[in-house]
Amino acid sequence: MADRITLTLKVNGEDRSLSVHPFARLLDVLREDLHLTGTKEGCGEGECGACTVLLNGQVVNSCLVPVVQVQGAEVITVEGLAQGENLSSLQAAFVTHNGAQCGFCTPGMLIAATDLLNRCPNPTDGEIRDGLAGNLCRCTGYSKILDAVHSAADGVAR
Amino acid sequence: MIGASSNRKEGRAKVSGTACYTDDKFVPGAIHGVTVRSQVPRGILKGIHFDDGMPWSEFTIVTAADIPGKNCVASVVHDQPFLVGIGEEITHMEQPVVLLAHPDRHLAEKARNAVRLEVEELPAILDIQASLGLEQVIYGADNLLKEIRIQKGDPETVWDQAAHVIEGEYRTGAQEQMYLETNAMVAVVEQAAAETRVTVWGSLQCPYYVHTALKQLFGLPDDRVRVVAMEMGGAFGGKEDYPSVNGGHAALLAWKSGKPVKLVYDREEDLACTTKRHPSRTRLKTAFDAEGQLLAIAIDFVIDGGAYATMSPVVLSRGALHAAGVYRCPHVQVHARAVATNTPPPGAFRGFGAPQSLFAMERHMDVCARKLGLDPVGLRRKNFLRRGDTMATGQVIREDLDLGGLMDRALDEIGYRDKRAAFALTNEEDGPIKRGVGFSVFMHGCGFTGSGESYLASVAGVEGLADGSVSILAASTEMGQGKNTVFSQIVAEALKLPYEMVDVAEVDTDRVPNSGPTVASRSTMMVGRILEDAAIGFKQSLVQQGFLQEPYTADSFRAGVRQAVATLGSVKCYGQYHKPADIAWDDATYQGDAYPTYSWACYAAEVAVDLDIYEVKVEEFVTVQEVGRVVNPRLAGGQIEGGVAQGIGWGLWEEVTTQQGRMINNQMTNYIIPTSADLPRIKVVFLENAHPAGPGGAKGIGELPMDGPAPALLNALVDALGPLRLDEVPMTPDRLMDRCEEVSHG
Ligand code: FES
Ligand code: FES
Repeated sequence: MADRITLTLKVNGEDRSLSVHPFARLLDVLREDLHLTGTKEGCGEGECGACTVLLNGQVVNSCLVPVVQVQGAEVITVEGLAQGENLSSLQAAFVTHNGAQCGFCTPGMLIAATDLLNRCPNPTDGEIRDGLAGNLCRCTGYSKILDAVHSAADGVAR
Repeated sequence: MIGASSNRKEGRAKVSGTACYTDDKFVPGAIHGVTVRSQVPRGILKGIHFDDGMPWSEFTIVTAADIPGKNCVASVVHDQPFLVGIGEEITHMEQPVVLLAHPDRHLAEKARNAVRLEVEELPAILDIQASLGLEQVIYGADNLLKEIRIQKGDPETVWDQAAHVIEGEYRTGAQEQMYLETNAMVAVVEQAAAETRVTVWGSLQCPYYVHTALKQLFGLPDDRVRVVAMEMGGAFGGKEDYPSVNGGHAALLAWKSGKPVKLVYDREEDLACTTKRHPSRTRLKTAFDAEGQLLAIAIDFVIDGGAYATMSPVVLSRGALHAAGVYRCPHVQVHARAVATNTPPPGAFRGFGAPQSLFAMERHMDVCARKLGLDPVGLRRKNFLRRGDTMATGQVIREDLDLGGLMDRALDEIGYRDKRAAFALTNEEDGPIKRGVGFSVFMHGCGFTGSGESYLASVAGVEGLADGSVSILAASTEMGQGKNTVFSQIVAEALKLPYEMVDVAEVDTDRVPNSGPTVASRSTMMVGRILEDAAIGFKQSLVQQGFLQEPYTADSFRAGVRQAVATLGSVKCYGQYHKPADIAWDDATYQGDAYPTYSWACYAAEVAVDLDIYEVKVEEFVTVQEVGRVVNPRLAGGQIEGGVAQGIGWGLWEEVTTQQGRMINNQMTNYIIPTSADLPRIKVVFLENAHPAGPGGAKGIGELPMDGPAPALLNALVDALGPLRLDEVPMTPDRLMDRCEEVSHG
């Protein structure tokens, strides 16, 4: 077995090619090899959602994804949500509504909520709660996160 | 500025993914540390063996024998070693014995299992009962880490004459802080010209605690140790005292290897070995007259302190001082003990002893109401503290206190009376769902207990920068609670500047003074007040030196600061804590003003229980609190909501299961914290009543919301299900089922 493999993928719109450990996790490749440290590790076992990224448009826990499964794939991380200096409306809403306290769940939460709003542009409280149930937050009690998602859905800063 | 919901200073960095947490710090050439821990709860370490097959020569290995200074973690009591040495006693299952580091973190992890500890096992004691019963003496002469007595009047003279004497026993379990970011440290040790310089970057609440610990560990003076607080992914007390341990470990590896070291716990290790909320047992005895007037309370409060004292003496103190709750009572006796067991030491967790003793008191009041044939509202109203009353320590309530009004507001908000009446009918019906409402009334002392703030003598300051803006110098850390924002608001208000012109300096002990630990709901009220003074002193100095004229605009202020910096190089002004003249406390007798003031609250919960599966759903949760002036309503609301979520978790779901004292459900899969699908919207009402001790009238806020949910929920469960023995949290489905069966089996 080779102790490095070449991995080619597109991250936040940019083509990347790098040599990685064959058993590395996508999370490690993002954080250690690409220095995209916005994506966090909270548990390493698929429970907390801090490591959530979009993989070919699907929400995944990057701590559970072996690199061999991302060959040629397209990945979006929290660093890919803003357009240059302009925050996405969801990111901006998290700032104005205090949706991020310690901020450690925030990158994963933002990715999951971005995906939710793509699928369900005007969610109810219940739909947001279900949509984000895989993303644990220990700080907020979730209310301010709900506020932020609603406000981004409305397209206005409520 | 004060009273505005300003956006979080570091909000943009947090939503962009650029906020730099400890493990995000890129450290070229760093090696990875791991910790080899004991696998028995008690014994004597006889030897350390390194299995064949590991390239040990590539590893940095640290044992107790390597420690250059004192092998003792600086804390309230100096009793805990950084590493256990050969011939010394192992006192719990997770005790650190050997530190390893290697450039390959996977190999480092593997090597951990290739170290074998030779231990002569000794019998261990693992819970409060075994410790109090002196089954083994493991600490001092009597297993007591700390004992406190508070006496007001004499309850003994009351029992015989009282119309009613009601006793109860209540228990609370350990709780994990479960900050989303695990404990993490980066350390660098430079040795140049025979001088050692230690620097640690970490996820830590109290930079100067770690600073003190490192000085003692390496035997170095102040200026050779530097501690920097990185962005922190939550803490809740869990990064108050523990970082002195893992900070020391990272620094030892860096010192021995000469390389930078990263020491990042994975979730399983973090859960198994770091601190938790202290388990407790409270026995209450209360006497009432025929009308339900409280005549006497005797409280026996015991917490499990684990193998070393850590924060137990102060946790015990806060628990003891809150144990009599919000009631007026002429005769009170509190006997509080923290006992040693062979378990990983618990530590600070939001609430700090108060949630435990308040749970007992607020459950007990409902139990008493039922026994006295009164309703829980009426019994409480008869006995609430009011202005002019004295608490157990003799502290006189000097503020306008209207707990009855506070309670009424919460009950109105949740629709208490209507719901109780409606549920009484619907609960008679056959279906498996039973509903109930319950509440709790409580307080939380703001700032350090007793003379703590005087001992701390905290210092904080403001500095003018070359661009004319103002920077805040304080060692208080941001863990998500909003310190950066609230401090900036307080200083902006004091200087009458726009919020944008003020920010906080990086928390680096080389740069900021010791404003005390970021704990005890003290930052806004205590440090905020010092900053207010410092800001005013700063402005006065600018005026006196001719750099500024009043009245000024933001622009003229900026120009003045610029000029001052250009002329003088550096312009700073510091403030220090001064004890208010009307506060007095005696540590020896536990008499006096235990806290400068208290925040007060009533929390009400509506629950629905499914008797088929004993699952409890929290349908509604209302919080009404008086916390002085609210500096930032949106951030304060977030603190309350988050605290309530943790309180609900502690009350219903979060159970630490142990084997030989060690947590065995140490994964997020089997230690259950609330998800977004488990919680209702939490209603937050602030009743503002400015208090002179805090900046602009603010009091403490962070811990209060942890105190009320558990008793409110269990009181609601009794309302739903009838008088069950609900005397313990977490009231998990299993436990609830047992308690229901107790009744049906008589
Ligand atoms: S780190 Fe991936 S789910 Fe927790
Ligand atoms: S903001 Fe801290 S975990 Fe969500």
